[in-house]
Amino acid sequence: MSESSNALFLERRSYRQRRLMDALRLLPVLGAFLWAVPLLWSDAAAGGEGVATSRAMLYIFGVWALLALLAWALSSRLDRSPEKTDAPGGG
Amino acid sequence: MASLNLLIVVCLVYVALLFAVAFMAERAALRGRAAFLRSSVVYTLSLSIYCTAWTFYGAVGYAARSGMEYLTIYLGPTLVMVGWWWVLRKLVRIGRTQRITSVADLISSRYGKSNTLAVFVTALAVIGTTPYIALQLQSVTLSFASFARADPSSAVPADSRSTALWVAMGLAFFTILFGTRNLDANERHHGVVMAIALEAVVKLFALLAVGVFVVWGVGGGIEATLARIDASEIGQWQMDGGRWAGLTMLSAAAFLTLPRMFQVLVVENEDEHQLRTASWAFPAYLMAMSLFVVPIAVVGLEVLPPGANPDQFVLTVPLSQGQDKLAMLSFLGGFSSATSMVIVAAIALSTMVSNHVVMPIWLRFAGGGAAVAGDVRHLVLLARRVSIAVILGLGYLYYRVSGGGTALAAIGLVSFAGVAQFLPALMGGIFWRGATRIGALAGLGTGFVIWCYSLLLPSFGGGILMTDAVMAYGPWGIAWLRPQALFGIEGLDPLVHAVMWSLGLNTVVFVTGSLLSFPQPLERLQGAQFVNVFEHSGNPQSWSGGTAQSEDLLIMAQRMMGPAQAQALFQAEAARQGLAGYLPEPTPEFLQRLERELSGAVGAATAHAMVGQIMGAATVSVEDLLAVADETAQMMEYSSQLEAKSAELTRIAGQLREANEKLTKLSVQKDAFLSQISHELRTPMTSIRAFSEILRDAPDLSSHDMTKYASIIHDEALRLTRLLDDLLDLSVLESGQVSLNMRDGRLVSVIDQAVAAAGVAEERLTIRRDRTREDIGLTSDLDRLAQVFINLIANARKYCDATAPLLSIEVAQRGNAVVVDFVDNGAGIPTDSQALVFEKFSRVAEGESAGGAGLGLAICREIMARLGGEITYLPGQGGAAFRVILPVAAMRAAQ
Repeated sequence: MSESSNALFLERRSYRQRRLMDALRLLPVLGAFLWAVPLLWSDAAAGGEGVATSRAMLYIFGVWALLALLAWALSSRLDRSPEKTDAPGGG
Repeated sequence: MASLNLLIVVCLVYVALLFAVAFMAERAALRGRAAFLRSSVVYTLSLSIYCTAWTFYGAVGYAARSGMEYLTIYLGPTLVMVGWWWVLRKLVRIGRTQRITSVADLISSRYGKSNTLAVFVTALAVIGTTPYIALQLQSVTLSFASFARADPSSAVPADSRSTALWVAMGLAFFTILFGTRNLDANERHHGVVMAIALEAVVKLFALLAVGVFVVWGVGGGIEATLARIDASEIGQWQMDGGRWAGLTMLSAAAFLTLPRMFQVLVVENEDEHQLRTASWAFPAYLMAMSLFVVPIAVVGLEVLPPGANPDQFVLTVPLSQGQDKLAMLSFLGGFSSATSMVIVAAIALSTMVSNHVVMPIWLRFAGGGAAVAGDVRHLVLLARRVSIAVILGLGYLYYRVSGGGTALAAIGLVSFAGVAQFLPALMGGIFWRGATRIGALAGLGTGFVIWCYSLLLPSFGGGILMTDAVMAYGPWGIAWLRPQALFGIEGLDPLVHAVMWSLGLNTVVFVTGSLLSFPQPLERLQGAQFVNVFEHSGNPQSWSGGTAQSEDLLIMAQRMMGPAQAQALFQAEAARQGLAGYLPEPTPEFLQRLERELSGAVGAATAHAMVGQIMGAATVSVEDLLAVADETAQMMEYSSQLEAKSAELTRIAGQLREANEKLTKLSVQKDAFLSQISHELRTPMTSIRAFSEILRDAPDLSSHDMTKYASIIHDEALRLTRLLDDLLDLSVLESGQVSLNMRDGRLVSVIDQAVAAAGVAEERLTIRRDRTREDIGLTSDLDRLAQVFINLIANARKYCDATAPLLSIEVAQRGNAVVVDFVDNGAGIPTDSQALVFEKFSRVAEGESAGGAGLGLAICREIMARLGGEITYLPGQGGAAFRVILPVAAMRAAQ
């Protein structure tokens, strides 16, 4: 990451691109967090009330669809030229 | 009812279709009309080999047994794909810039092109993948068996062993045909990729079809199906949190490290845009694949008799409902899942085996070098074909040994855990420059051993490869080493336990080993290349060319890449260098490019070794360069030392020369002294002899004459005495035996005395003095000091050649010393004589008999040295100038 070549302020478009990359980086974190939620559900095997499998399915597949949608939205907005998007995301 | 024979025919037709598709794709690629082959859709579909028969059949069985846990296998890869910006983008970039051919190649290349590491990874990959291939064979066999049971007319009892054998052989044939058609520098297989893309569509379509049938055909719509799900035995959320998180992570790791996934993700990747599309399309595909798994499992549990194999629900549910065509489609889906996985896995593994095991061995034994020995392309292809056959044979063997009894999911997870051991070395390699070969080897070794011990061996079941006693009480009764409760930690799920310990210790050992070891230069360069792949795309290892070996290189390249491709490469390079023909200069850039092209065919380590063999002595490795640099530094240090010594010598030589000059002059002076002294002695002696003879032999001399002659004799005798006195005085002074008569006095009176004694009064020499300044008290040997002054004044009187001779005596106090200058207005002393005026018998004006023997100034110098001062010649004063410096002690004592 050659800091010297990084301008301190970027024009609006490059700035948007950088934030888009940040969002892309955060996407798997969001997914991991949302899919960790089932860990908090009370377990039927442990005598708890338990969550119905149908509800669990709706939740998990809902998150899945959301992730795919977000990934699509972010990827398609990302600049097509690879050289520009390769710039470090620090700025 | 479903006919087994019909099934076989459909199956064969389907295989023929796959052949045709693969063949056409290859043709299109050859003609350069392969734009659609490079499309993102094909790439995404080819990733679907992640969904093997394990997904197609096993997921349903998994769901029927453990509820929603099967999803973890797909959640991990989904997270990896949507997080492509982190890892996959980098892997793909590295794979493209470094021409990586397999996961073993990547790891080996990162850690200094180490072949040891490559062999190790290859072995681990083969061991980890073999159960997986067995799993595919088993699932195809089982599905045949399911059909056979449903077909009462089937004459042939479904012999699972022969079915598995036929399937294995058929797959080997297909893989060899399309996977090893040519040795492409890019290691891309358009035919195979196209075929698996088609299979991906078929299996998704088949599974969705079965799902739709189950939900709307059997279940009675979405609402009703959901109600059925909740009412079933898996209707409640039951999850071991450790397994949920652990399996998600494991599947994410395996997605990156499975050799077949690496093959389609990185090696077959054409550009990064494909990844962009796949980042959302592949999660969507996985979601679609797993969407109907639970409904199928629930309906299967309901409609089929208890004890039916849940792994076959995808087939048996349609069959039980009389939907033969749907079952056939479903069978083709499962068949597609199994075959596509086996084909790609076999290609990936055979690439690794031929590049990292066969080629290095051959290179070592061929000895003569890559350019001399036989057709390498042929050898590589042969090695790959044999490897494919051997790998499928191993899979079949595993299937026979394990007996096909274990649940599909269990085998798959064992395999996942095995290849996940690459993860620390892989991630460390692309994100941490400090990762070293030693660390990677140690970490992989540790992980592998623990995986074998705690997961692979127990997976065969008690008593087969590991006795029940060892399982229950540990080896030699050491409870701490129980395979499924290492270090005494009990109660963990065996899989989570094995994954935790193997990956955990693997990482710890990898990091520790890396921290403690020191990487080779090549490792460090490669590390920088990999970690900073986005910053620079240079190549680490440089070859130094210059010698005419282009022809050998061309011969080798032709054997590796095929004549047309090699010639095109060489010609293009020659044209770039501005040369005609096929032989470019073997510049480092060209050699780097060539090595990279070759590494696409045979792997980085082998390509490096082959180019190295040809470049031979002209090759400069980084180690060599470092050694040279080291030597250069030593040489420079040595030479600077030499320089210093030489400067010293020059200085000494200069001093010697000066000393020599002085000696020569002194020698001349000595000669002059001898002749001088003999002359000085002889002249008075001659006079004395002559006049004494006259006195003796001439009796009639007048008394006047007699007096005259006697006084001449007397004068001459006095002169002799004076000369002898001076000589004696000097030798006394020089030997240091002189006794000084120190007393107080005033400088002015000493000078007065000297002026009087020098006999200036009757001469024409004028003396200019400043008596007030001379009035300084001092303690010294005043007689000796006066002697010095007398000498200086006498010299001026004798030698000053001005018409009106003038001598200035200037006294000054300089710091702690009194300075007395005697300056006359004559011609002074020539520069070359100035150094000698204080030597004995030196006379500036040659041949002039001034009455002195040239001892005066020498005596003055000795006196001043005894008195603690000095006398020097003061140049540049317009005449002869002498400076007498009296020391501070002599002055202070008087005040």
